[in-house]
Amino acid sequence: MLRRLIGFAVTLLLAAAVIFLLLDLLPGDPARFILGINASAEAVAALRTQLGLDAPAHERFLGWVWGMLHGDFGVSVTQRAPVAALIAERLAVTLPLTLIAMAISMAVGLPIGILAARRRGKATDTALMVLAQTGVAIPNFWFGMLLTLLFAVTLRWLPPGGFTPWQEDGWAALRGLIMPGLALALPQASILARVMRTALVDVTGQDFIRTARAKGMTLGEAVWRHGVRNAFLPVLTILGLQFAFLIAGTIIVENVFYLPGLGRLIFTAISERDLVLVRGATIVLVLAVTLTMLLVDLAYGLVDPRLRERRA
Amino acid sequence: MALVEIEGLNIAFGARRVIDGLTLRIGKGERFGLIGESGSGKSLTALAIAGLLPETAQVEGSIRFDGAPLPASERAMARLRGKRIGMVFQEPMTALNPLMRVGDQVAEAMRLTETAGAPQIEVPNLFAEVGLELAHAHRFPHQLSGGQRQRAMIAMALAGKPELMIADEPTSALDVITQRKVLDLIAEVCTRRQMTLLFISHDIKAVGALCARVAVMQAGRLVEQGKTAAVLGAPRVDYTRRLVAASRMPKRPPARPPIGTPLLSVEGVTRDYAQGGLLWWREKPLRAVDGVRFAVGKAECLAIVGPSGCGKTTLARMIVGLDTATAGQMRLGETAYRGTDLPPRRRADVSLVFQDPFGSFDPRMTVGDSIGEPLRLLGRIGAGERRARLVEAIEAVGMETAMLERYPHEFSGGQRQRLAIARALVTRPRLVVLDEPVSALDMSVRGEVLALLARLQADHDLTYVIISHDLDMIGAMADRVLVMDAGRIVEEGRPAELFAHPQHPLTRALMAARLPEVA
Amino acid sequence: MSWRHLTRHPSLTIGLAMTLVFALTGLASLVWTPYPIGDIAIARRFLAPGGPHWLGTDHLGRDLFSLVMSGTLTSFVIAALAVAIGIGIGVPMGLAAAAWGGPVEWVVLRISDLTFAFPAVIVAILITTLSGPGALNAIVAIGVFNIPVFARVARGGALSIATLDFVAAARLAGLGKAAIALKHLLPNILSLVIVQGTIQLSLGILAEAGLSYIGLGTQPPATSLGLMLRDAQSLFLIHPWLSLVPGLTIVAIVIALNLAGDGLRDALDPRLRREGLSHGAG
Repeated sequence: MLRRLIGFAVTLLLAAAVIFLLLDLLPGDPARFILGINASAEAVAALRTQLGLDAPAHERFLGWVWGMLHGDFGVSVTQRAPVAALIAERLAVTLPLTLIAMAISMAVGLPIGILAARRRGKATDTALMVLAQTGVAIPNFWFGMLLTLLFAVTLRWLPPGGFTPWQEDGWAALRGLIMPGLALALPQASILARVMRTALVDVTGQDFIRTARAKGMTLGEAVWRHGVRNAFLPVLTILGLQFAFLIAGTIIVENVFYLPGLGRLIFTAISERDLVLVRGATIVLVLAVTLTMLLVDLAYGLVDPRLRERRA
Repeated sequence: MALVEIEGLNIAFGARRVIDGLTLRIGKGERFGLIGESGSGKSLTALAIAGLLPETAQVEGSIRFDGAPLPASERAMARLRGKRIGMVFQEPMTALNPLMRVGDQVAEAMRLTETAGAPQIEVPNLFAEVGLELAHAHRFPHQLSGGQRQRAMIAMALAGKPELMIADEPTSALDVITQRKVLDLIAEVCTRRQMTLLFISHDIKAVGALCARVAVMQAGRLVEQGKTAAVLGAPRVDYTRRLVAASRMPKRPPARPPIGTPLLSVEGVTRDYAQGGLLWWREKPLRAVDGVRFAVGKAECLAIVGPSGCGKTTLARMIVGLDTATAGQMRLGETAYRGTDLPPRRRADVSLVFQDPFGSFDPRMTVGDSIGEPLRLLGRIGAGERRARLVEAIEAVGMETAMLERYPHEFSGGQRQRLAIARALVTRPRLVVLDEPVSALDMSVRGEVLALLARLQADHDLTYVIISHDLDMIGAMADRVLVMDAGRIVEEGRPAELFAHPQHPLTRALMAARLPEVA
Repeated sequence: MSWRHLTRHPSLTIGLAMTLVFALTGLASLVWTPYPIGDIAIARRFLAPGGPHWLGTDHLGRDLFSLVMSGTLTSFVIAALAVAIGIGIGVPMGLAAAAWGGPVEWVVLRISDLTFAFPAVIVAILITTLSGPGALNAIVAIGVFNIPVFARVARGGALSIATLDFVAAARLAGLGKAAIALKHLLPNILSLVIVQGTIQLSLGILAEAGLSYIGLGTQPPATSLGLMLRDAQSLFLIHPWLSLVPGLTIVAIVIALNLAGDGLRDALDPRLRREGLSHGAG
């Protein structure tokens, strides 16, 4: 347990270093960029000192990390607001969206996978797998476009885009997240269905299923009572990976629906060369991904007793 | 009245017929043995009786249990299976659900069959009956040893108070001493509960010891059946005769070169494995081999025997140079070495024949390329010389030169083991280490391979070190035996003496585990 | 692989055939398209499919079919190069980790973990901040994320083989770890790598589409399927056809690749011969 936590911290630190280094390589002077080409040399120098750009690289890096550990992600040079606050505001959209997409994909994908496995080889199985095969191939943002065409333009059930803040109108906010959530969930649900099916089919061939049947269970009972839990192990790994991909996917889907999430924040920051903001937002994304992997690892240990001991 | 009646059973998978016209009868309270090698269909027969055949199987013929045909509905068959048939399978590790505690799995068997009695009382009783402690009930399968897992499986099979126990190779995955114990347990349980037993195995001696009536299966057909003494003592069918003969190890030809000066001497070799942990949390090292000291003379055949985990394989690996001793050294002829530092020229003098014929060849290389791989140890040799050596090696093991171009999957287990021997001979070694050379082979093939090994030793002036747990094989092949336990050599002597007068408790246990000769 | 393999595995045949069709169409765009893709003709914009323009025209009057041909090529090239990066760096890494173990494996695993923390989007963001958007950006971003995938596959495959006796036999024959990795481990994991390669290729096409869509990938005047969707973003509510064409193309290509990948896995993996008794002897 301790080893995993240490590994997690090390990975995070290394990732921060990579981000910092990459952005540090940027040619050009951020201070000059902010003040404009015509600014005087003294003004630029003053701004540089004010922004702390004069210090050597490792000092700036450590200062940054130290600040982050205290919740201080710096101040955005373009928006003159604390980066942490800006990110938190955007996370209020991105995070619920990710969770909604995750919930939908699990609620749809897992039962389909189980059903397909139970009806293995029959028409239901083939039909469901064809569906899943198609679902995996559909780009989530394109699906978002199609959903908009259907629900917003043709049926007019949902708004085509935009987002009402939670504080203003919770229901409206939720409605704004349904289509993006569905768009994100489709390919993930398809993947989950396929993985669940494969895992169940594999488990059905295992010896302990035969033992369960020998004890007096039918195949269906044996798979349900003994197989599903064992099949869940590979599914768990995929779930973790999927969450990471979802987080990255929200950035793209936000574009379709004009959602004020993390993605749009980053793009604006890039075009305006707001390094502090880019750094902060990127590290938050990386943190989310790495944290998910860690949680999956830990969950694995919880589910599978063989992994609990340090040595077999 | 018979408990199980099978009449004209045919089972096919697509175009392939795997069981052909099987007819047999198992009486109530009887102990019935089913003998056969891999592919004989014996396991399928058991599955057919229990209604566990895969969906793709096409079944004809009739199976009756206690006078009534097997139910057609899956649910009814499942209930019948749980209540009246108890099954014990071969691989206890995979046969138990790794995520459930063992006690819970046994309790589940009780609940399924609606057996009277509270699980809290009955499960401990069952555990006691099979020789397990109550503490074991709270463990997961991977926390138990192989023997304990198999006992748990037996407990599970008994939970429903069945009338018929089907045991399909229940001991093949266990080590020798545990094998005997589990066999004895099965016999005892069946007697006490007056159960009918169907015992399936390739091990003729086990079947002979346990069962009153036997049947022999070959390639899906029942070739002979009857009382044990009759079938195994005076077999009428040629196949049975061959099987029985194979269960008796061939005696070595008396004409052999005399044993000479020591070729290999092992001098106080120790092997420690570091256990994990950081700094002061580091655990004590595991001592796999502990101060082992012995010598092997030229042309001698030395056997090393011991239970699994005793360190014999580790020792073998060090001798051939796959692993390095932590302390002590070995001497091959003039060269002293500690393991991986064995110089390439000397490596050509030592060869290793592996246990598993199916894993010892790269599936992507032709057999010729694989056999020729060790020739690199001889430095540069011309293509002509290389070819000559390959031909020499493959003909020495009784196979044809044309086979050099084929791939491993085209050969049977016995043939592959011969090829493995050819590979071991290609560098013209002086010492050959054999790790369980015939354990993974079918009974009927073992005798041939052993005869080959004996002949090769005489023809090519070889010295053998054989690692095994198979006492019969050792009794037939070895000049001297070393008994190993927990990394140490605990006893040494000629086979005949060891068998007759074992001194050390482990040796005694090993000898006691031996099954009596058939007929 | 023989013809027999192809006839016994319909998904492989269909998948490969479809993929080939798309790939060839893309390649053909290098020498010929019905209309030059740079041909802007505002007067002829938003034409419906049929007639001289097989799939219609976009908001600039460019022929959609030509755009699709060229865009397919771009998508394939980018995804293929990314796979090449993944295999070229990832497979040796994975093999080294399996063959040498110890500190080598530790380093490889740490690099893997680190790279897994950076999904392609994030890498693309970082590179764009550095040097602006572009197709190269997409290639590197997707390629970097492919590396740990292939390293994991190679390592996993090699580990399951490394314990087999023939590897020990090779060591007895005096082969060093590098020689064993090349001669014994690599050939035996090749089929795994190929199957994963097809999967990553299809994922790469999806990833490229996404990156180009948000403007971090292919830039005009070049065209890619994702870029076509980006162009359609502001217009598709009125002209849905503009988003349907590239979208359906992407779906078709990815399905083809996935079918081929699944079929390859079935054909190359003997484990899947299910005849019923999966536990050994009869």
